Amino acid sequence: MDFVRNLPAISILACMFAAIISSGLPRRAARFLNYVLIAAVGGMSLMCLAYVMNIQGSVVYVMGKFPAPWGNEIRFGVLECLMALFFSVVMFLAVLGGRHKMRDEVAKGKEFLYYVLIDLLFSSLLALVYTNDIFTAYVFVEINTIAAAGLIVIRENGRTIEAGVRYMVMSLMGSGLLLAGIMIMYDVTGHLLMSNIKEAVDQIISSGEYYIPVIVAIALMTTGLCIKSALFPFHSWLPDAYGYSTVSSAAVLSSLVSKGYIFLLIKLFYRVVGFEVISNSHILRIMFVFGLIAMISGSVSAIKQSDIRRMIAFSSVAQIGYIYMGFGMGTEAGMIASIYHIMSHAATKSMLFISAIGLTDVSRGSRDFKDLTGAALRNKVAGVGFLVGSLSMVGIPLFSGFISKLQFMNAAVDLSLQKMLPSLIVLGISTILNAVYFMKTVIRIYTPVTKVEGGMEELTVMEGERIGINGVVHEEDRITFRKQILYGTVIILFILLNIILGVFSNEIITMIRMGLEMFA
Amino acid sequence: MSFKSWINGEEDLLLNNLKTTRREDDHVKPLLTDEEKKSENSKVLNKIYNVEDNRRLKRFDKTYRVVAIVFCVLLAAAMLFTISYLPKVGDPDTPANSSVVSERYIESGLQETGATNIVTGMILTYRAFDTFGETNVLFIATVCVMVLLMLDEKILEKLDKTSDRIYEPDYDPILTLAAKVLCPIILLFGIYIVLNGQLSPGGGFSGGAILGAAMILYNAAMGFGKTQRFFNENIYKVAKITALCMYGLIGTYFYITGANGIDNMIPLGTVGAILSGGIILPIDIAVGIEVACTMYAFYALFRRGGL
Repeated sequence: MDFVRNLPAISILACMFAAIISSGLPRRAARFLNYVLIAAVGGMSLMCLAYVMNIQGSVVYVMGKFPAPWGNEIRFGVLECLMALFFSVVMFLAVLGGRHKMRDEVAKGKEFLYYVLIDLLFSSLLALVYTNDIFTAYVFVEINTIAAAGLIVIRENGRTIEAGVRYMVMSLMGSGLLLAGIMIMYDVTGHLLMSNIKEAVDQIISSGEYYIPVIVAIALMTTGLCIKSALFPFHSWLPDAYGYSTVSSAAVLSSLVSKGYIFLLIKLFYRVVGFEVISNSHILRIMFVFGLIAMISGSVSAIKQSDIRRMIAFSSVAQIGYIYMGFGMGTEAGMIASIYHIMSHAATKSMLFISAIGLTDVSRGSRDFKDLTGAALRNKVAGVGFLVGSLSMVGIPLFSGFISKLQFMNAAVDLSLQKMLPSLIVLGISTILNAVYFMKTVIRIYTPVTKVEGGMEELTVMEGERIGINGVVHEEDRITFRKQILYGTVIILFILLNIILGVFSNEIITMIRMGLEMFA
Repeated sequence: MSFKSWINGEEDLLLNNLKTTRREDDHVKPLLTDEEKKSENSKVLNKIYNVEDNRRLKRFDKTYRVVAIVFCVLLAAAMLFTISYLPKVGDPDTPANSSVVSERYIESGLQETGATNIVTGMILTYRAFDTFGETNVLFIATVCVMVLLMLDEKILEKLDKTSDRIYEPDYDPILTLAAKVLCPIILLFGIYIVLNGQLSPGGGFSGGAILGAAMILYNAAMGFGKTQRFFNENIYKVAKITALCMYGLIGTYFYITGANGIDNMIPLGTVGAILSGGIILPIDIAVGIEVACTMYAFYALFRRGGL
């Protein structure tokens, strides 16, 4: 057997080992280990991707001596390896981008715990991506949930503790529903391995016995994962959790944690239940409707915010709505669009969170729009990052957001009229709403300000001219590229990642299509 | 003006020609003084925390309760409805009972794992990866509790003697004596449960919980001073990391050799003896240590904020 086949298992185990060892290491060593680990996992995922592209098929790897259905099993094809590679890249950039804020945000003596949490979170994400066993998936969902809650509360102030508790309650509700679904599924099929469940489900659907429990189980599992990934009516935990946690946590939570659950949901659809069964049930229609509502309501809430990080967080609600709308279309094209959007959103949202921190840093730490005026002129790299992120979110060509919108439109055109019209109309409205709040912010951060001498008052240049004051921006408020080389590099890499996703979209979409074919 | 200096933030396209001048008839608003700010702040806070007169909050509270009850009733009804369609409990022909999975666990579990306790054999051999994940759940739970509750030793030293965290009561002689008699017995029993996991009901998780309970009892009776003589933060770290690494290494060896079709070198031993069950016994010991550490760490962190 080729050695490459061992790599997914090794990467999951390596993350766990790194977490265990980090819990006894000093801060710097834990941080270094974390970086090395993420880079190594990225390299391993790349090798796996090359391998499965080469053999044109997915690989089943038995964890231990006993083959499935008795033992555990992981399985990887193009889609899984692509996701693992992409998650590693985003994780690496997100962790590096928030590094300079770590000292302010995390209490002294607890920084090594942060890296333990990140390592374990990463292992659970990889396991969710690779696993072929529904119960293993549940175990790692648990790890993921607890690690995410830890990442929220590690910045200890009242707001994050409240957000962490709320996240925990909602998320445990989701886990509970998922577990209930898995139990019912096991009861009527007698299997925990995804491929075996699918055979049993096919039989049940054709024979009609136990049809209701199977549908209920699917509904429970889907609802559980929807709650965990913050689909519209269950999104109330999201703004505080993303808005007040540390910057790396916010980037990781918004771009990776929720995406891990969504990936598990795709797996459930394709590998556990079979896509035909799902698209014939009503579950997808419900998802479709909630996806559409989320696209509008998330954007409307984002427009109302006056806090930049909460605004970005609410925008996540809308973007998750896009993904679920793609699922709800019930076609392969919709699914591909959704998977592409998972990547595009992950790359863009983490960039937005990380650029936002650069902007607030030069506005005396304030996150209020009023104080952010002119922030992009004081910290240019962060400003450019935010600009690119906004353009991508709105859907300007060259950036990844444009491609995902295009894919959604293409997928929508092939649908029946009842589904096509609402999806096209809502896509249009949502794009306009996106533009409203993102462009509002971009204009504000690029509006030059005048500082009045001797006071803290700031005026925009236009206001200043009207009342006859000319002023300068104080030099000490600016941050140049030289003073933040690491942060600036991370932003530039994020921009590059976004452009790569946009420019090489054809190749990526071909890979996703190939991955979906070997997925079931 | 060069592009480079713009990138570096030294010059600005829009602002570099602007100069500061002030005119006599300045329209700038006067700033609030500190006292005014404070009174503003307290006004806002009073308004926010005035729960009794807040009608919106009250209304929210009422609706929330009603909706929660309705939701729970609906969920319970849906679940009960589903249960009526599920296979009967105890029926040998249900899919779960008649599938190839449970058949093999029951029929050839003893030969393949060397454990007379099928459950332990199943969770630690057939599904060893899941159990490693589950052990990591315990590990990450302690990490999260540490994030929330751990205090620096230096802060703990500075605390007042009467502080809740440091205060050690005059220990009750009855409790102390009982703990002295009971703790060794409980510890022995815990070790027995851990070591006999492959033979009788028990194993790492349950045995570790008993060990942890014994340590908590000792701590409650004797106080932190005496407990720290044999179990302090360094020992905790070493024990936890060793146990988890041991489990991880054994597990990795087992997964990789199994997947690559290599026979692993761990003998299964004679069925029924203590040294049997292949990888089960060392894993049980590792899990036992980890669970005991977790239980005690929870207690210590909640009580004192440190081990």
